[in-house]
Order: sequence, then C-alpha cells, then structure tokens
Amino acid sequence: MVEAMVKKPLIKALEGDKAVAEAMRQINPDVVAAYPITPQTEIVMEFAELVAEGLVDTEYIRVESEHAAMSSCIGATSAGARAMTATCGPGLALMWETLWVASGLRCPIVMAVVNRSFSAPLNILTDQTDMMGSRDSGWVQIYAENHQEVYDNAIQAVRIAEHPDVMLPIMCGHAGFVLGHTLGRVEVLPDEVVRKFVGEYKPLYSILDIEHPKTIGAYDHWDYFFEHRRQLFEAINNALRVIPEIGQEYGKISGRYYRLVEPYRLDDAEVAILIIGSGAGACREAVDEMRQKGVKAGMLKVRCFRPFPADEIVKALKHTKAVAAMDRCECFGAEGGPLFIETCSAFFNRGLPMKMVDYFYGLGGRDTVPAEFCDIFRELSKIAETGEIKPPIVRYLAVRE
Amino acid sequence: MALKGWKELEPGVVILEPGNTIEYKSGRWRTFRPVLDMEKCIHCMICWVYCPDSCIMVKDSKIVGFDYEHCKGCGICAHECPKDAITMIEEVKAKAEEVK
Repeated sequence: MVEAMVKKPLIKALEGDKAVAEAMRQINPDVVAAYPITPQTEIVMEFAELVAEGLVDTEYIRVESEHAAMSSCIGATSAGARAMTATCGPGLALMWETLWVASGLRCPIVMAVVNRSFSAPLNILTDQTDMMGSRDSGWVQIYAENHQEVYDNAIQAVRIAEHPDVMLPIMCGHAGFVLGHTLGRVEVLPDEVVRKFVGEYKPLYSILDIEHPKTIGAYDHWDYFFEHRRQLFEAINNALRVIPEIGQEYGKISGRYYRLVEPYRLDDAEVAILIIGSGAGACREAVDEMRQKGVKAGMLKVRCFRPFPADEIVKALKHTKAVAAMDRCECFGAEGGPLFIETCSAFFNRGLPMKMVDYFYGLGGRDTVPAEFCDIFRELSKIAETGEIKPPIVRYLAVRE
Repeated sequence: MALKGWKELEPGVVILEPGNTIEYKSGRWRTFRPVLDMEKCIHCMICWVYCPDSCIMVKDSKIVGFDYEHCKGCGICAHECPKDAITMIEEVKAKAEEVK
C-alpha cells in the first residue's frame, strides 16, 4: 500500500502555511497552544477550523501571548502530551525566555516558524533574523526551501524531536509570504501513513504519572547547572546522526529523501554559494545559467542549521576554490553572519584553507533574483582566479548607497 | 552527597526521588542563628508552626533545638516567640564559640 502511494501521490496546491496545517492535521497532536501573528496566522487559523470541525483530537489552547503559548506547550509535553505550536518574528522573540526552558526540560515541541524580520523599521516580510537570533537556545533548527519541504519537514520534525537520543524541541522555518502565502505543489501522504510514521509520543517522564511522583524543573546551583547544560550539548549534536536517519526513513514512505545539507551541481564545482531556505530556488537557476556560460558553479543548501553540520559542509565544499555564504539575517557588529562565521570556523578547525566571502541579503523581504546570484558567481570566479579577496569580506547585496 | 557527572544525571532536570531536599544543606546561607533559652521555653510550638523551613526539632512534644543544616536564620521563630526564649546571634560569633 505504501508502495502504491509513492507511485500515485495525492497532489494538492497549498500555501506554505496551509501545508503546515495539513501536516498538523495528519500528525493530530494532543495539544496545540498558539497565538496568531502575521504571517503565521494562516497556520493557526486553519488548524483552529480543523479543531472546530472535529477533524483532529487536539486540545487547542487559545493563549494570551507567545510566552504563554510556549509555556503551555512545555506544560503539555511535561504531562506526556505531544505538543505543537507556530509563530514568527516578534512572536518568537516574545518566547525567548521559554525557548530555553523547553530545551532545558527536554520538551520535544514541534514549532513552525514563518520567518519574519524584526522591527524597527516595522516590517512583516521575510528574513531569518528571528530563528538565527535563537540559534543557540538548544532547539534543533531546520529550514524549508519550498512548499513540499515545508510539509515534509513538519512531519519529520516530530520524529527528530522525540528521538530518545535527542528529546529536544525543534523549529521548522519557512519564508513568510514567499512560501507561507503563495500556492505551491505539495504531494500529500495518506493520513494513515503519516500517523504510522510519527507513531505515539513516548515521554521520558510524565507529571501525571502519580504512581511515580517527581519534580520537573527544579533549581540548579553552580553545582549542577553546568552538568545539565552539558547534556544539552550532547543531545543536540546527536541530531546530526538522527536527522539523516529520519530523512532516510521518510524517503521510504514518500520517495523524498532528506539530509542535513543538499548539494546542487557541486561535484566538479570551482565556485559555490552556501545558502539556507527559499533563496536556494533563485540560486539554483543562477547555477544553471552560469554552467551554460562555462562557469563551474554549484550550490550547497543548508537544511539544518542547528546542530551545525560542519563536517557535511566542509566535505561538500572543500574541493571548491571560492565560496560565498549567504546570510539572510542581521548580526549587527559581528564579523559576519552566522552561516559565514560558522563555515569559516569549520574550515579553520579542520586546518583547511578556503576563500570565503559573506553576503547579507534579502532583509525585510527583499527579493534576490538569479541575476544577482550570477553576479556573486562572477565575483567568486575572480577570487578563484586571483586567489585574492578584494575587501570587504562581508558585503551587503543589492543595497542602495 | 557525591556530585553526579553529566552522564549520570537523568535527562531534563528531573528529580525522581521525592523529598530529597533534606539532602541539600542550605543552612550555610545563614548569617544569624537562633539560640533557645530552655529556662524560658514553654513548648507552645508557635515557633514550630511559623518556621518556613521545618527546622524546629521536636521530641516527645518538646522543643529540643534547631536543624542548623537547613535553618537559614530568618529570625521568624525569635520574632514570634511569646516568651522571648529565642535569641538571634551572629553566625560568626557562634562559630567562634564552637571552635573554643
């Protein structure tokens, strides 16, 4: 039956946000606690309708803020329930304190983050500053390039988060409006296939298990705090192994296999662009265009940013001569964006030289078109030829002076 | 109590044995300690009722002293005692006395 499904998938035209809601319907979580915020609203609006129509068994908690949404999910998972939520930009910022509680208590909450910029200036459009700002909070972070990945990531996220070696919350990012509010082709799995894939949530502990009373979230002094944090370093790094495993297993039911990173025409590439999320679409077109012109261009899409897949990135890029990291977020006062900094660090730590430049791009929803990526490839070709980078190393793409 | 390493700890900041707070000696925070004058004490148990840390030690319905391993020296017992049988003295001075 699974085989038959792979051959004849159900194809729907879904907005990215609706693709999340569709995955949530199939996952049928025990608890959803969420607060609406543009451009995430469509997810919770759609899901609230599913609850009202009785199409899911979920306890839907209408909370007064994102701080309360995350707190409710923490309580729910601690009680042994599977909990999901969704937010974006400023909503994620309001969750900041509780994000760390969720990871510290090892609550495998699945959260869709519809990537949105931070004010000011007021802006509701997409960039990745929200998730990148919370990259060190102990949450696993994966990003989608297109509508299909939005749907697929949501389903895999449940298994990644709840894996016994991980047991951590996970954020699934997708671009607000660009994916969230546009229609895309999504192959939807049958309900029973998804339900079998995600299975039952088996909590480590439940506060409702009154036969075994316990304290969850007690105070740690200097004597134990560091040891508990050390466990988190280990748990999130375990996801480097678990994410591809789940991605393989998901491939068997869907025909779509997932890894930590996804190379495009990289095998013989001399110049490469490293990118996260929806911008990879335009970049892929630019790779094809440059290839037609004889430039050995390639792209590496980073699907998982936390934990940082340093080995996979270095392995995929080390044969190239020049790399541009694309950072769609703000990182004021830093040496560069997080993708750039950590990739530089990955090469340095392995004793490998790499000519790298960083481009901040697409902030506040600004589109980046293939021609702009082509310009970057031309610049990289120059660096590859001369072996020299003309300063600055950190640049701002398509910004008016 | 030997401190556990990170590999020995349960994942997720959970305490599986209820009531183990007693193992945590919090009395060292104290700067003042209560001292009981047995001559004045009428064993009315008011201090026992008010103590927020259950540090008034009782045997056979008589106050016998304080649990200094957990008493934080808040002074509520001394404040509430109707017979002024409890005096708060500086911890450093009490320690100096102990050494003598």
